[in-house]
Amino acid sequence: MIPATFEYEKVTTVDEAIAALSNDDTKILAGGHSLIPALKLRLSRPGKLVDIGGITALKDIKEEDGEIVIGAAATHADIMYHNLIRTHLPFFTEGASTIGDIQVRNYGTIGGSIAHADPSADWPALILAADATIEVQGSSGRRGIKATEFFTGLFSTALQPNEIITAVRIPLPADGTKGTYQKFAQPASRYALVGCAVVRFADGKTNIAFTGVGENAFRDTGAEQALSGKPINDENLTAALDAALQNVDVLGDHYASVPYRRHLAKVFLRKALLEVK
Amino acid sequence: MSTNGLIGRAVKRVEDKRFITGHGNYTDDIILPHQTYAVFVRSQYAHAKILSVDTSAAKEMPGVIAIYTGADLANTNGVPCGWQVNFKNGDTMKEPKHPLLVADKARHVGDAIAIVIAETKEQATDAAEAVTVEMEELPCVIDAAKAVQPGAPLVHDDVPNNKSFDWTLGNPIEEVNAAMDQAAHVTTLEFVNQRLVPNAIEPRSYNSSYDPVSEKYTLYTSSQNPHLIRLLMCAFVLGIPEHKVRVISPDVGGGFGSKIFHYTEEALLTWCSKQIGRPVKWTSERTESFLLDAHGRDHVTKAEMGFDAEGKIVALRVKTYANLGAYLSTFSSCVPTYLHGTLLQGLYTTPKINVDVTAVFTNTTPVDAYRGAGRPEATYLLERLLDLAALEMKADPAELRFKNFIPPFDGVQQPGYQTQVALQYDSGNYEGVLKKGLEMLGYADVRRQQQEAANNGKLVGVGFSTYIEACGIAPSAIVGALGCRAGLFESGHVRVQPTGKVSVYTGAHSHGQGHETTFAQVVADKLGINLDDVEIVHGDSDSVAFGMGTYGSRSLAVGGSAIIKSIEKIIEKGKKIAAHKLEASADDIEFASGRFTVKGTDKSVGFGEVALTAYVPHVYPKDLEPGLDFSSFYDPANFTYPFGCHIAVVEVDKETGKVSIKRFVAVDDVGNVINPMIVEGQIHGGVVQGIGQALFEGAEYDENGQLTNASYMDYCMPRADDLPMFETASQVTPCPHNPLGVKGAGEAGTIGSAPAIVNAVIDALWSGGHQVKDIRMPLTSERVWNAMNS
Amino acid sequence: MNTRIQVTVNGVQYSHMVEPRLLLVHYLRDVLRLTGTHVGCDTSSCGACTIHVNGKATKCCTMLAVQANGCQITTIEGLSHNGDLHPLQEGFKECHGLQCGFCTPGMIMTAADLLQHNPQPTENDIRHALEGNFCRCTGYHNIVKSVLYAAEKLKEHAVVH
Repeated sequence: MIPATFEYEKVTTVDEAIAALSNDDTKILAGGHSLIPALKLRLSRPGKLVDIGGITALKDIKEEDGEIVIGAAATHADIMYHNLIRTHLPFFTEGASTIGDIQVRNYGTIGGSIAHADPSADWPALILAADATIEVQGSSGRRGIKATEFFTGLFSTALQPNEIITAVRIPLPADGTKGTYQKFAQPASRYALVGCAVVRFADGKTNIAFTGVGENAFRDTGAEQALSGKPINDENLTAALDAALQNVDVLGDHYASVPYRRHLAKVFLRKALLEVK
Repeated sequence: MSTNGLIGRAVKRVEDKRFITGHGNYTDDIILPHQTYAVFVRSQYAHAKILSVDTSAAKEMPGVIAIYTGADLANTNGVPCGWQVNFKNGDTMKEPKHPLLVADKARHVGDAIAIVIAETKEQATDAAEAVTVEMEELPCVIDAAKAVQPGAPLVHDDVPNNKSFDWTLGNPIEEVNAAMDQAAHVTTLEFVNQRLVPNAIEPRSYNSSYDPVSEKYTLYTSSQNPHLIRLLMCAFVLGIPEHKVRVISPDVGGGFGSKIFHYTEEALLTWCSKQIGRPVKWTSERTESFLLDAHGRDHVTKAEMGFDAEGKIVALRVKTYANLGAYLSTFSSCVPTYLHGTLLQGLYTTPKINVDVTAVFTNTTPVDAYRGAGRPEATYLLERLLDLAALEMKADPAELRFKNFIPPFDGVQQPGYQTQVALQYDSGNYEGVLKKGLEMLGYADVRRQQQEAANNGKLVGVGFSTYIEACGIAPSAIVGALGCRAGLFESGHVRVQPTGKVSVYTGAHSHGQGHETTFAQVVADKLGINLDDVEIVHGDSDSVAFGMGTYGSRSLAVGGSAIIKSIEKIIEKGKKIAAHKLEASADDIEFASGRFTVKGTDKSVGFGEVALTAYVPHVYPKDLEPGLDFSSFYDPANFTYPFGCHIAVVEVDKETGKVSIKRFVAVDDVGNVINPMIVEGQIHGGVVQGIGQALFEGAEYDENGQLTNASYMDYCMPRADDLPMFETASQVTPCPHNPLGVKGAGEAGTIGSAPAIVNAVIDALWSGGHQVKDIRMPLTSERVWNAMNS
Repeated sequence: MNTRIQVTVNGVQYSHMVEPRLLLVHYLRDVLRLTGTHVGCDTSSCGACTIHVNGKATKCCTMLAVQANGCQITTIEGLSHNGDLHPLQEGFKECHGLQCGFCTPGMIMTAADLLQHNPQPTENDIRHALEGNFCRCTGYHNIVKSVLYAAEKLKEHAVVH
């Protein structure tokens, strides 16, 4: 498994990276854990790689203006071990620990995972449930894209070709917020066969996001409406489960047919809701 | 003979140091002077006619040295099959050519069309992409039972109905039918023993070089049996004399059967190394391993077991379609027949047995021996039937087994047990392992816990498997009569050095089994010397006289016995040398604890001094040759028959169908044990390969013949967090017919464990009122969930 | 266009011109001839290629050599010091945590990362930590015991020093 040839440039600032991206044939290399496997299989054959691994500013995890800001090049392990995350977003700690394995967590990055938009990746569900905004920068400047508007289809996102992700911003959850990530792993790849992230805010607002279920991770507004502002009791739980996955094209594959995956999604939604009750 | 107590001790392994420090030496670690690298152009189709192959652009690419296609090898033989199984009516087995490169059509995805050799791996990979192959896709056939239907696509144009052979064994079918008709209860199971991918973690690797001066080839190969590769490659494929080929299998990263076989790449690289006059290396990528390493199992079976009113088995009737894949691999034909049908007696007194097998070509990867080879299929069949029968008859599965076990026999005082399916078991105490297993489990408590769980809405199940296997492969005369084209003896050469240190050359090959430790324990024990004074040499055809290699749990039973024969010769000669020194008669010399002693006296001489005298024969018996160096061959009198009892306790999650293993108890009787630590390790690993089959693994082909899970992202390997700690114990019933009394431990775990797990899941479902007969392996959570919800 | 890299591997500095597409595992094996790091798959799954880059366990089949420029690398060959085996190496030998030895270097390097973060792991911690390392021989039972042995050994060292 040897990649086709490509040019390589290592950059140290975001501006340099964006400048280097002006060519269509160029791809960003962060941790490489989504890109390099594709290069080895020659499914991806960029003419040039721009390595952003040296932009230290992109690795920061900090609190800023009422938000937790996670740099795009922070690794899954950086996030998992970070005290700020453990304190304010413990379900990110929980979720990050289910990604890949130690080695992958040490090198794979949150930005890389989000940009790749694998339909079974874990971060998309987590950031959707957390009301995150994805901060991107391109030749025409910076912008924030709401997570709910970011994932647009199978391996596709709202990111423009000349843009790179710089950070993920999550509003600091108010006291009393509870979150959880419940995952049923595909046994071979350990990606999510279904993953359900739920955040229940102090005021009863409830965010529900799924990954692994459809072509891209999504918020389940039907299920959310059945619960938001209402107590999580048997009746409302049943209503939420009934309302979940309306109008969703559920995926079917070797490890989970459409009906089984639909069933699993509801099982894990129920687990998640009981967890944040 | 003497003993210093090394036999039976959990000695830490001699070979470990190089592996834990990163100094192992696997084939891909070797780079020879002027090394070149090969990459293959392979068929993307399961079945397709090759219209043209254009290598002209590729040949112009940087670093390319040579490209060969099937046309260049038109006059070269294919790789052979080592076992001939003829049709029931006497017709000869259909044995189509398995060419080194295909020229006419591809018969499975991955069939090799061209080999590209370049200065670097990168250049070879780039050039292989530039080879243009035009192909016309043909309809393909994947499923063995469908392949024999009229009108099915033909894998080989000259093999009608895709049948390689059909075969039967046991009592006449009329007798079995009559007994079955009389049965008070018949349990029937139609099932698939699914195809598995062996997945040794070291991918296959070969590196061949040719010396034009000596006209000698050297092939490094990740093989379980370097001499066998040399024999097959020289005599059947390339027609070169054996003394002009040296085959070396250095450290090999696991085999599990998949590295027994002579693969096309071995012969092709050897051929190429002479063509280009430089060494050529190829290492399989994992994707290639999935597509090319011979797969295991793949039986479609209908089995019926009849019982009388008391629960005694009265008859067993089995019909199996065995999928051989696109070509006959080296031992493929004996696996579903002589390694499967002959084990259908199990541990039971079943008086009437008939098995019928149809072996079929399909457009899939060739199938051959994979850890257990035929015996897991036989055990799965029997043990699933027994637990299911117990559920159907509302009997206890352990009691049902006790009722049907062959009574204990040691093979010495009591004769061996003659089965209805050709074999004679050597010795056994079958009820002993089950009793011990039940004790370890705390059977009554576990059943009580199961009931409590059921009352709380949880699904807990207990599954049994009491297995037997035929190992120590194998008596040459017997296998020869059954169609084997090789002898299955082993060689063992013991060279005592002048200083009394000992070098042992064995034809067995260690690729994880720890021979460098176990064999040294045997030799040091028998000669009364230190373990450090013994060196075990294996895996090189230039230093080891001959060998048939390691598979079929044969190394110690057959290879160890050959070493023992040489040790006996050394002691006998040593006695003559000692007698001369001690001025006594050789008949009066005893050898014990490393010393030759005149019986009834304190006159003695040490082993080291005798060794020195043999090489400095100044004062020496007149008619005795100098030296202390003996080579022996051992051909076993019978197979060996390890057996055991595996019990699984599982819980099934009602909501998801996910199975978790709560406990796994294994009591194995592998005869005498040289190193209990190593035997236990073999059992652990074997058990997990069986658990892998039961819960996780299975090759999945789509209707176009694409292997849809040909990567670790899709083919589920058992991992550390899927498994519990195991509870193991051993019972010892020595083998009566080999000098060490050993039976073999390599395959036991795999043979025993899969049915125990599946039986436990079925039992769990019955405990919740789901009277399910079978769930197809692997028992993925969806399959189990479907079984509960259909 | 070849690129110059400088890396420190097991305490030794190296400088080479490499193709950008050269994987770090091939650099270690074919250029530096440190062949204890193995390749067992092509999907970042099996873990046989696990090494430490800047102190963290990494699957170096999924890393370009150019990405390692300026990094500190430890491979299995660099784990023992002055001929003394690392407690994990000792544990694998004492507990029969290896058979064919092919997965062993990666297994040990991953376990070393675990013990850095969690010096007293439970059986479950170890099993979870090793999910990215495949072994086909041992059934993992003795590997788990080997890591427990090493943790115990390290605790003793900590008490002594």
